[in-house]
Amino acid sequence: MAQYYQLQEEFFVDMQRCIGCKACEAACAECETNGQEAMIHVNYVDRSTTIQTTVQVCMHCEDPVCANVCPADAISKDEFGIVHTANTSRCIGCSNCVMACPFGVPKKMEEYDLMMKCNMCYDRTSVGKKPMCATVCPSGALFYGTREEMQTKRPNSTPINTFLFGEETVKTKVNLMMPKGSKELRVL
Amino acid sequence: MLKIVDLKAFLVACLATLFTLAMILIGSRSLQNFDAALVAYLFGTLFAVFGIVYRYTVWVQRPPTRVYFLSSIKILFSKDGLHFLWYSFKDFVLNILFQRFIMRRSKSRGLAHLLMATGCILAFCITIPLTFGWIHFTLVPASGMDPTAPKIYTAHFFGYAIMNFPVKSIIGFLTFGALNWCSILVIIGATYFLQKRLKDPGLIATQTFEGDLLPLLLLIMVSITGLGLTLDYEFMHGKAYEFMAVTHAFFVIVFLIWMPFGKFFHIIQRPAQIGAHIYKEVGRQQGMQICRFTQREYTTKRHVHDLKKITAQTGFKLENKEGESILDYSPEGKRDLLAIAHFKARKESGEFFG
Repeated sequence: MAQYYQLQEEFFVDMQRCIGCKACEAACAECETNGQEAMIHVNYVDRSTTIQTTVQVCMHCEDPVCANVCPADAISKDEFGIVHTANTSRCIGCSNCVMACPFGVPKKMEEYDLMMKCNMCYDRTSVGKKPMCATVCPSGALFYGTREEMQTKRPNSTPINTFLFGEETVKTKVNLMMPKGSKELRVL
Repeated sequence: MLKIVDLKAFLVACLATLFTLAMILIGSRSLQNFDAALVAYLFGTLFAVFGIVYRYTVWVQRPPTRVYFLSSIKILFSKDGLHFLWYSFKDFVLNILFQRFIMRRSKSRGLAHLLMATGCILAFCITIPLTFGWIHFTLVPASGMDPTAPKIYTAHFFGYAIMNFPVKSIIGFLTFGALNWCSILVIIGATYFLQKRLKDPGLIATQTFEGDLLPLLLLIMVSITGLGLTLDYEFMHGKAYEFMAVTHAFFVIVFLIWMPFGKFFHIIQRPAQIGAHIYKEVGRQQGMQICRFTQREYTTKRHVHDLKKITAQTGFKLENKEGESILDYSPEGKRDLLAIAHFKARKESGEFFG
C-alpha cells in the first residue's frame, strides 16, 4: 500500500474555481468507505449577495484538532498522513470534532449517532487511484496529481498548506491553490 | 518508566483489583465455594479488571473525556438528577441494550451486533460470578440418594441458597445450557461481520488484522471451543475433554488479557454515549450558540465554551488578538470564512484564476 503513497500525488483545491455543480457530492457518495453518504461539502458562501460557492474536502491536518478533542479516541491519523473517519465502535456522537475542526469538515450523522468525514477515498488512493471527487470536478476546483502536473496546469498559482486561525498555524496534507508566491492563508 | 506509567491510574487499578479479590473471598465464603478448575480464568479476569480500570482511568483524565465525565456526574447529583437518571435509564435501554443507533445504520448489521453483544454480555454475567465462586450449584442429597428420583439442584449466590430446580426441566435446560446459547448468538453475529469484512471494499481498505479481524476470530474461537466442551461430554463421552478444556481456556484467557487494549474496550467505553446525550440535553436547556457568519444556531453555548477550554488544554490557540475564536463559527460558517479569505487573496493578486 505504501508504494502508492510514494507516488507523490497530492490533493490540490482551488475553491475559487468551484461552480457549485455538486458533481463531487454525487461522486463522493460512491466512495466505498462512506456507505453512500457524501462527505464533501459544497455550499453558497452568502447567497443573498453573491453566487460564490465553496467546496471543502478534509484537509488532513498534520496535528488534527478533531482527533485531539475526541473524547473517545475514535479519530486516528495513519503513517501516510490520512486522518480517518471516526472508528464506528468508538465514536459516541458527541460532535466535538464537528465543532472544533477549523475547516468545518466532519459531519455528524444524527440518525446513526456517528461522525463521518472524508478520508480522501482511502479505498481508491491506497491502490493508486484518484479520489472520486477529483475525477469528476469539471472546473478544476479539485485536482489530484503530482506537483509538476499542477504547476503545468496553473503556472500562476502556488500550492500552500499553511493556514492561520487566530494564533494557531495549521499545516495540512491537502494543498490550496493561491496566487503565485503565497506562503500561507489567514482565515481568522 | 514512571513517566510511562500513570501513577493515579495504577493506584486506582490496584485498588479495583484488591476490591475484586476481597469480593471473591466474601462471595465464595473464603474460597469454600471457589471452583479450583477455574483458577486460570480467575487470573485472566483479575488481569482484565486491572487493565480495564487502568485504561479507563487514563482515558477519563484526557481533557475532552474529563469534560463529559465530570459534567455527567455533576448533572446526576444536581437537582435535576432524578430526571436525568430516568433519561439515562431510557437511553441505556434504547442505545446500549437494544443498540438503536446501530440498527439505524443497517438492520442486518444492527441485528448481528445485537446478537453478538447479547451473547457476550450474557456470557460475562454467567461466567464471572461462576469464576469468582459467587454462584455454585449443589445436588440436593435426598434426590441424589434415590437413582429413580429426578435430580434436584440448588443454586447458591454468595453462599445463600436461592432456588431448587430439577436438572431435567426447562429451568435446568436453560441454566446449564445458557453458555451454549450465548455461543450460538456470538457465532451468528461475528460470522456476519467477518463475511462483511472479507467482502466490503470500503472495510477491506481501512481495516487492520489486529484491530478488526482478530477480535471477530477470537470471539468465534471462544464460542466454538465452548460449544465443543458440551459436544464432547454429550456425544463423545468426554474423550476430547482435556483438549477442549485447554483450547477453550486458552482463547478465553487471550480474550480477557486483550480486553483492555484492543477493540473489546469499546464495550467499556460505550456508556459514555449516554454522557454525551445528557451533556447535549442540558446544554440545549441552557441556550444555543449562534454562528457569527451564518447567524444560525449550530450547537449549544455550553459546548462552544467547553470546546474553547479543551482546545486550549490540548495546545491549540484558535483565538485571534481581538478574542474572536474560530469556534464561534458553525462548520458552514468556517467553510465560508475560508472561501472568503481565498477569494480576497485572489482578488488582491489581480487574478481570480491562476
